[in-house]
Amino acid sequence: MPAAAAPVALPESVDEVLQALADEPEAMILAGGTDLMVEVNAGRRRPVSVVSLTRVRELAGWSRDGDEVVLGACLTYADMERGPLAALVPALGQAARTIGSPQIRAAATIGGNLGTASPAGDTLPVLAALDAVVETAGPQGSRRLLVGDFVTGVKQTALLPGEIVTAVRVPLRRGRQEFLKVGTRNAMVISVVMVAVVVDLDGRTVRAGLGSVAPRPVRARSAEAFAAEHADWRRGAVASPDVVARFGQLCAEATSPIDDHRSTADYRRRAVAVCASRALARVLPPEGVHGDGGPSDE
Amino acid sequence: MTFRLTVNGRPRDVEGAWLGESLLYVLRERLGLPGSKNACEQGECGSCSVRLDDRLVCACLVLAAEAQGRSVATVEGLSAGDRTLTDVQQAFLDQGAVQCGFCTPGLVMSVHDLLDRNPAPDELELREAISGNLCRCTGYGRILAAARTVVERRAAATPERELP
Ligand SMILES: Cc1cc2nc3c(=O)[nH]c(=O)nc-3n(C[C@H](O)[C@H](O)[C@H](O)COP(=O)(O)OP(=O)(O)OC[C@H]3O[C@@H](n4cnc5c(N)ncnc54)[C@H](O)[C@@H]3O)c2cc1C
Repeated sequence: MPAAAAPVALPESVDEVLQALADEPEAMILAGGTDLMVEVNAGRRRPVSVVSLTRVRELAGWSRDGDEVVLGACLTYADMERGPLAALVPALGQAARTIGSPQIRAAATIGGNLGTASPAGDTLPVLAALDAVVETAGPQGSRRLLVGDFVTGVKQTALLPGEIVTAVRVPLRRGRQEFLKVGTRNAMVISVVMVAVVVDLDGRTVRAGLGSVAPRPVRARSAEAFAAEHADWRRGAVASPDVVARFGQLCAEATSPIDDHRSTADYRRRAVAVCASRALARVLPPEGVHGDGGPSDE
Repeated sequence: MTFRLTVNGRPRDVEGAWLGESLLYVLRERLGLPGSKNACEQGECGSCSVRLDDRLVCACLVLAAEAQGRSVATVEGLSAGDRTLTDVQQAFLDQGAVQCGFCTPGLVMSVHDLLDRNPAPDELELREAISGNLCRCTGYGRILAAARTVVERRAAATPERELP
C-alpha cells in the first residue's frame, strides 16, 4: 500500500512529503502538533488525513552555510534555546527560551510558528529583524521569501497549496542582539509585546523587529535609521541616553496595536517604547562594546 | 485505524482509533494507562507529560498515530515493579509534595527528566524545568523540596570521582 493512501503519511524526504500532499490535498501538515492538536482536541479541526514532517531528516537540525545559518523547518525550540546556535543567533535563542514550557519547546518547531503565523508568534519579529529568508518547496519548485512577505496577515501566509516551509536562512551578524517579551509570567505566556534588536557592526546598522503590535511582524525602519545615524560607531558602538529614549518612541510609532483580552493598545505602545529603549541600551551600551562585540566576549 | 505503539518498552496494538486521537486519549482510554492525567488538553498544565523517544512532551499534543515506531514512556513505567518507587516518587512522599495528587504524575516525570539530564540543577533550572506543570493546590514549595531531596540523595549515593 503506498504511504499516501494511509490516513497518516510518515514520509522521510521532502519529495515524499510533496507527493503525499499531491495525493491528499486536504491533508493536515503536522510538525510538533502544539498548535494543531489544541485545535483537534477542542473539536475545531477534524483531520481526514495527516502528512507528518517529523520523520524527514532534511527538515531537522541546522547547519552553517558561510555567512548564514540554515534552520530546518522542524528545528525545535529546545534545539535553539541553548548551545552553539543560541551563541550564533542570540536573539533567536532568547526568544526560543521564552516559548511555552520545556514540554512545548521539546516538540514545537520554527516551521510551525511560521505556519501558524500568529501575530504573537515569538520567533517572527526576531526573524524579521534578522532579515531571515523562508525557503519553501512545492509542486512549482522552491521559493525564497523574506519573513515579512511570508506572513501576509493574521494567521495568513504566502504558502500555496501543496507547499511547505523547508528551512529558514538567517544571516549571521557581528554585534549584539536582544529579545524582550512582555507577558503575565515568565513561562507559558502569549506575548503582549515583543521587541528584537540586532546590531550589525560591519554594516553599522541596527535592525528592530516588533511583535504582537500589528497583524504581521513589524520592522521599525525609521527607528533603525535613527539609531544607525546617531550611534557612535567609532567609540565602540555607543548610544547616548537621548538616542535610546528617542529610539523607543520611534519604535512605538511604528506599531498599530489593538485592544484585546491580553492588553490595551495604549499599554502595548508604551511597553514597546520601554522595551525598545532597554534593548538598544543593552546592544549599544553607554560604555561601548569592545573587541568583537559579539555575545562571546561578554 | 490500527497501529502499533511501543509503550514502556512493550508493543501495544491500537485498534479502531479515530485519526485525530491524541496519545493521551489512547493511553488512557484504549491502553488502560490512566497515570497520565487529562486536564487541559492544550499543553498548558503538564499533567500528561510523557517521554517520547528522548524528550518530555505533553501527550495531549501528540497525535497518537504519529507516535508509531517511537518509544513512549509513561509514569506507569518509571518504577521497576509493583510497590516499588523511584527515588523521585519516594522524595515526593517523604516531603509531602502530594496534595490532591492530580499534577503529581506529570511533575514526577518532569523532575525525572530534569535530574536524569542535569544531576545538579540550580534553583532557576529547577523552577524552569517544572514551569510547564501546574499544581492548583499551589504546593510548589514541597515539590521543589522533593526535587532538592533527590539531588542530595543521588549526590550522597555517588562516590566522589577521583581526580586524575
Ligand atoms: C501551551 C502552549 C504554549 C505556547 N506558547 C507559545 C509561546 O510562548 N510563543 C509562541 O510563539 N507560540 C507558543 N505556542 C504556539 C506553538 O507552540 C508555536 O506556534 C509552535 O511554533 C508551533 O509549532 P509546531 O511544530 O508545534 O506546529 P504544528 O502545530 O505542527 O503546526 C502549526 C501550523 O503550521 C503548519 N506547519 C507546520 N510545519 C510546517 C511546514 N514545515 N511547512 C508548512 N506548514 C507547516 C501546520 O500545518 C499548522 O497549520 C504555544 C502553544 C502551546 C500549546
